[in-house]
Amino acid sequence: MSNGKIDKIIDKYQGDAGSLIQVLLEIQSENRWLPKEALDKVSKKLKVPLNRIQHIVTFYKAFSLLPKGRHEIHICTGTACHVRGAPRLLDSVQDLIGIRPGETDLDLKFSLETVNCVGCCALGPVMVVDGEYHGKMAPAKSEEVLKSYD
Amino acid sequence: MPRINSPAELEAFRKDIISKRDRNKPCIAVCTGTGCLALGAANVVTALKKEIKKQRLGTKVDLRETGCPGFCERGPLLVIYPEEICYLQVQPGDAEEIISQTIVAKKVIDRLLYVVPSTKSDEKIVRESEIPFYKNQLRNLIGNNIKLDPKSIDDYLAVGGYAALAKALCQETPEHVVDLVKSSKLRGRGGAGFPAGMKWEFARKSPNKTKYVIVNADEGDPGAFMDRALLEGNPHSVLEGLTIGAYAIGAHEGYIYVRQEYPLAVENAGIAIKQAEKYGFLGENILGSGFDFTITMHQGAGAFVCGEETALLSSLEGKPGEPRPRPPYPAVKGLWGKPTNINNVETWANIPLIINNGADFLTSIGTEGSKGTKIFSLVGKVNNTGLVEVPMGITLRDIIYKVGGGIPEGKKFKAVQTGGPSGGCIPEEHLDIKVDFDELAKVGAIMGSGGMIVMDEDTCMVDVAKYFLDFLSDESCGKCSPCREGIRQMLKILTNISEGRGREGDIELLEELSEATGDASLCALGRTAPNPVLSTIRYFRDEYEAHIKEKRCPAYVCKELISYYIDPDKCKACMICLRKCPAEAIIGGKNKIHVIDQGKCTKCGTCFEVCPDRFGAVTRLSGEPVPPSIPEEKRIIAKKSKKK
Repeated sequence: MSNGKIDKIIDKYQGDAGSLIQVLLEIQSENRWLPKEALDKVSKKLKVPLNRIQHIVTFYKAFSLLPKGRHEIHICTGTACHVRGAPRLLDSVQDLIGIRPGETDLDLKFSLETVNCVGCCALGPVMVVDGEYHGKMAPAKSEEVLKSYD
Repeated sequence: MPRINSPAELEAFRKDIISKRDRNKPCIAVCTGTGCLALGAANVVTALKKEIKKQRLGTKVDLRETGCPGFCERGPLLVIYPEEICYLQVQPGDAEEIISQTIVAKKVIDRLLYVVPSTKSDEKIVRESEIPFYKNQLRNLIGNNIKLDPKSIDDYLAVGGYAALAKALCQETPEHVVDLVKSSKLRGRGGAGFPAGMKWEFARKSPNKTKYVIVNADEGDPGAFMDRALLEGNPHSVLEGLTIGAYAIGAHEGYIYVRQEYPLAVENAGIAIKQAEKYGFLGENILGSGFDFTITMHQGAGAFVCGEETALLSSLEGKPGEPRPRPPYPAVKGLWGKPTNINNVETWANIPLIINNGADFLTSIGTEGSKGTKIFSLVGKVNNTGLVEVPMGITLRDIIYKVGGGIPEGKKFKAVQTGGPSGGCIPEEHLDIKVDFDELAKVGAIMGSGGMIVMDEDTCMVDVAKYFLDFLSDESCGKCSPCREGIRQMLKILTNISEGRGREGDIELLEELSEATGDASLCALGRTAPNPVLSTIRYFRDEYEAHIKEKRCPAYVCKELISYYIDPDKCKACMICLRKCPAEAIIGGKNKIHVIDQGKCTKCGTCFEVCPDRFGAVTRLSGEPVPPSIPEEKRIIAKKSKKK
């Protein structure tokens, strides 16, 4: 992520330290993770100590301090999905791609995350890949879906 | 569009909008809420647009992309006005027929209609309002969702929007507005049910020039999406309510704190704020009343605890979302230390209704202690998953069976969970209690923000308790030790129980820990965390005991306590499970009875699901050993053999 882009985002919030979270969220959504250089830059420009930024980015789930894979898999573990079999789905996806939630594989192909509820409970269990929703998932079905990504 | 400077100008403008609209002109309203979009509503819209263009009907029919009308189970759905024809599970391929048949030839397409279940005659229902799912609701708040495009302020004005704002700002004193909300007996819809009018009064009476009002749209309960549907589908109603509240309290700045997991709600609310500013419903001297008010949107960054009001305030200030001790309450010392009033999305959306129709409008609906309607997200093991708005005082049974259509696949109802991680599970015997803040508390649950998860016989109650504690241990901010440690220890015990390591005395220990965590935690997250455990112990103690004493999971959910087994007498060696098994744990072949290698089996349940019903050879065992596999020579099925 270029310095210019970060500057632009910070300028949008007029360098207000209170908008630290909003600034970080925008960088996260542009870059999909927060490299150390970006955090340094935010720290200097907003005049917020780096340790406070670290506190924020490790407290909130939306932030990632590690690069993400090309495809982001989110498995909904909301209550409705849970009672409809999300744990079994999660298990088989983990087995399939060999990583646990919060991890990215070595080829940077997939990142796996769980999400508390995406609010599509009628479709449960739900798996979201790169923002695309796959509903009524079963362990066997997930394999077919994941095969279609490269 | 020029700014609207007075109530008279607003009414003239509204008249103008309505007069330009032909009520008889066909309008296709397609739900483009998150649920239907996930089901492919965007493709349906594209196909309809293409078809309208192709048949050159651009001026003869309107297409409206609306918010969520609630019937997520049957999405993507659309309603055709003025006839109010409701089509369900619409696919892009249906577009041509919808336009040429229904719009042009005025014929109803039978196969897209709602079919009344359990009638053999295949009775079908055309009108949306006559479908049982809708018929048994009272939709004061979400009823408008299908009637307007959330991205169009004119649509909101056409249904009477911002009339309440004009009335409040130009005809009422702030004190009177507070009194009106007080006498409506509106209780906060975020979960705790604190009277909204009282909260407003505290904030109004707090001596300070600077005050704030906040919309809490950090809807974190898993399995709940009421606030999302309101903010996404009718954002102006929330803005209108918030502005009225700001006027009543004396605030000039407001915030909407919304989850970043709801991108569409963020987008639509953002557009709505810009439109309202342009029209002069926000900004300086609103409608010529001399009142100034601005709204800023703030996105949450994925922390459940930020739904708690003091944690939300910390987060708004750019800090980690950790709660503060109360008192001082936010009404005295809130955002940046100034008096602040925080209400939930649904609470704010109720305000315009009260201003427009008077306090009686609310008090005429509901029970003694709970007035008005409540939106629930009815999910889990229920036929009609979706968003339902019902009058307070309706029974849980009516919600689940009349609105929800009962339990799918003829399964038996076990419990309904309300109130998310702070709530409890209510069993069959209490299904006839009324939906009311106090009644639900009596049976160990809470109203909560409106998540209602139905569970059937296949749901393990120990697993449900473990699920919520797992969620809470993840979301506990860690600031106070009773919550951080108490939840962790309870989770440990529950995990042991569900994995077959439960011991005598564990239930009592859970109860003891529950008491300590509930009493000593700093905020509501910890104080209510024991509810899922206590309510499941209260009503389903036998399930806990089965796990502990017999190492048996009666619902066949807890993986460590179950095994899958192929009954050699029933197996027809059809190879289906063998091919589908992701762990390659099934041994067998054509005409060779299949056996599960228990060492390899990951208990994913695929074999159980795919084994054809007519064979039903795969069974689940719990609390008993897997029978030894039959000798190799007996595994061969002789071809065409009729003998068993």
